[in-house]
Amino acid sequence: MNNKNKTKRRDFLFTATYTIGAVGVAAAVWPLIDQMNPDSSVKALSTTEVDISSLDPGKSITVLWRGKPIFIKRRTTKEIEEAKNVDLKDLKDPEKDSDRAKNPEWLVMVGVCTHLGCVPLGGTGDYKGWFCPCHGSHYDSSGRIRKGPAPKNLEIPKYEFVSSNIIKIG
Amino acid sequence: MSEEKYIPKNKLAKWFDSRLPLLTLSHHLQSYPTPKNLNYWWTFGGILTFCLITQIVTGLVLAMHYVAHVDHAFQSIEHIMRDVNYGWLIRYVHANGASMFFLAVYIHIFRALFYGSYKAPREVIWIIGLLIYILMMATAFMGYVLPWGQMSFWGATVITNLFSAIPFIGDSITTWLWGGYAVDNPTLNRFYSLHYLLPFLIFGLVILHIWALHIPGNNNPIGIDVKKNSNETMPFHPYMVMKDIFALLLFITVFLWFVFFAPNVLGHPDNYIEANPLVTPAHIVPEWYLLPFYAILRAIPSKLGGVIFMFAAIFILMLLPWLDTSKVRSAIFRPIYKRLFWLLLFVVILLGYLGAKPPEGIYLILSRLATAYYFIHFLVLLPLLGRYEKTDPLPQSISDPVLDKPGILDKFKKAAARYEGDNVDSFK
Repeated sequence: MNNKNKTKRRDFLFTATYTIGAVGVAAAVWPLIDQMNPDSSVKALSTTEVDISSLDPGKSITVLWRGKPIFIKRRTTKEIEEAKNVDLKDLKDPEKDSDRAKNPEWLVMVGVCTHLGCVPLGGTGDYKGWFCPCHGSHYDSSGRIRKGPAPKNLEIPKYEFVSSNIIKIG
Repeated sequence: MSEEKYIPKNKLAKWFDSRLPLLTLSHHLQSYPTPKNLNYWWTFGGILTFCLITQIVTGLVLAMHYVAHVDHAFQSIEHIMRDVNYGWLIRYVHANGASMFFLAVYIHIFRALFYGSYKAPREVIWIIGLLIYILMMATAFMGYVLPWGQMSFWGATVITNLFSAIPFIGDSITTWLWGGYAVDNPTLNRFYSLHYLLPFLIFGLVILHIWALHIPGNNNPIGIDVKKNSNETMPFHPYMVMKDIFALLLFITVFLWFVFFAPNVLGHPDNYIEANPLVTPAHIVPEWYLLPFYAILRAIPSKLGGVIFMFAAIFILMLLPWLDTSKVRSAIFRPIYKRLFWLLLFVVILLGYLGAKPPEGIYLILSRLATAYYFIHFLVLLPLLGRYEKTDPLPQSISDPVLDKPGILDKFKKAAARYEGDNVDSFK
């Protein structure tokens, strides 16, 4: 073996050692990082059932699901009409009302402003939907962002009607 | 260092010092040459060290009584305030101490800006200082969450949500930060852990900050290089130590005025309402020392843009030694920069005021203008000034501005004559 080859062999061994070392360090660090992700007990609380029989049209309730407020609103026919008649071109995050409310009478949304996470106030704002007091985002009667710094519509969680009076969220 | 080499006198000290040179270090710290013209704005380094130690000591004690759990945190704070012996005092010192720490650090930073202390050869001191400042903000933010009041909870929600603006991975990052799907018990626990850790990291950086300072030595109000170990410098002890202690006592007077007479004036009353994840307070504001950055965040009409500009406002300071291309350090000899300095100070205070106001109407317009000016100052005006500003002539020595005043020598001679009779020829 001449000197040149020897150097190459060394280089290979060094690189291989560093690589294995880096993989080993990454494997050791990962549990220390991943422990901060939601734990099993947090994940276990992933569904909530809500009785909505006492809700009159135009009223809404707020329930807690995974630490977040969920708005359940029984909309009036006027509010449904307004939400349906909006031109999609006017929307920052275009979405049809029929895609947001499976049953147009019931609007179920995560009550967390998509800007920086405050809870918007119902029945206020320039679009008669919700208004976030923190940084001034206005949502319409379908929970879609119309004005202000929020980038997206209020999120729709996974939910289903277990019976005509009970909604299961999650 | 240019000081003479230190050799311990007694044998045991010599034996120890050759094995661990702590005595040499102590000697260096005492004899460290400081420019004789340092003014009171230079006392804030010592004051800040005092603030850090006060926070660590009071924090250590508070940790003996505080419970980091969403069901108990708020009550444990009330327990500290009402039941623990002197708990009210210790907590008020800790809470107001954070504000005092920031007050001192802002004076310290603006002193560096005025006298050009960030310029060569002191860039590393400046950057380490900024890292300390960033860690201070993180520590203060997490500490403010611990009482688990309404402002704690919603402040934590808003600030952690800043990370959700990052494209693609933003939501995973916020979930990871929270340890859940909203700010909750896991978040409180980890904030407590980090709030305890970070001050010690700050302490380590402070040692590096001082080490980096002791290589070139202090800047000074005139901003020219000082001849070390000449009559232009004085040993740190006792001269600067005495001056620092006097300034510190005045500072403590202000500090204790807040603690005893207005302990809640810098806080927000909503934080005496326990955290409620269903109700956001009508008006969320961060603590006063974060308001300028909060105003910048809200001035930009886009979520990601606001976050980028807010972080840029801090990190742009890291580049300052290279953005300010003027070779003259002190603003005393820079007529245009001096005016821009006061304008910048005004704009930052204005941003702080606007950060506390609702983001609408005239407030929003003003915060946009102020944000624009903040960036123009650093990115446009400073590089241009370095090229076009006509600076005043610099003195040869830091003594000249004092001695060059007409009649000053006669004044000195008269003063000296009072003590030494007529034999004043040796004086100069």
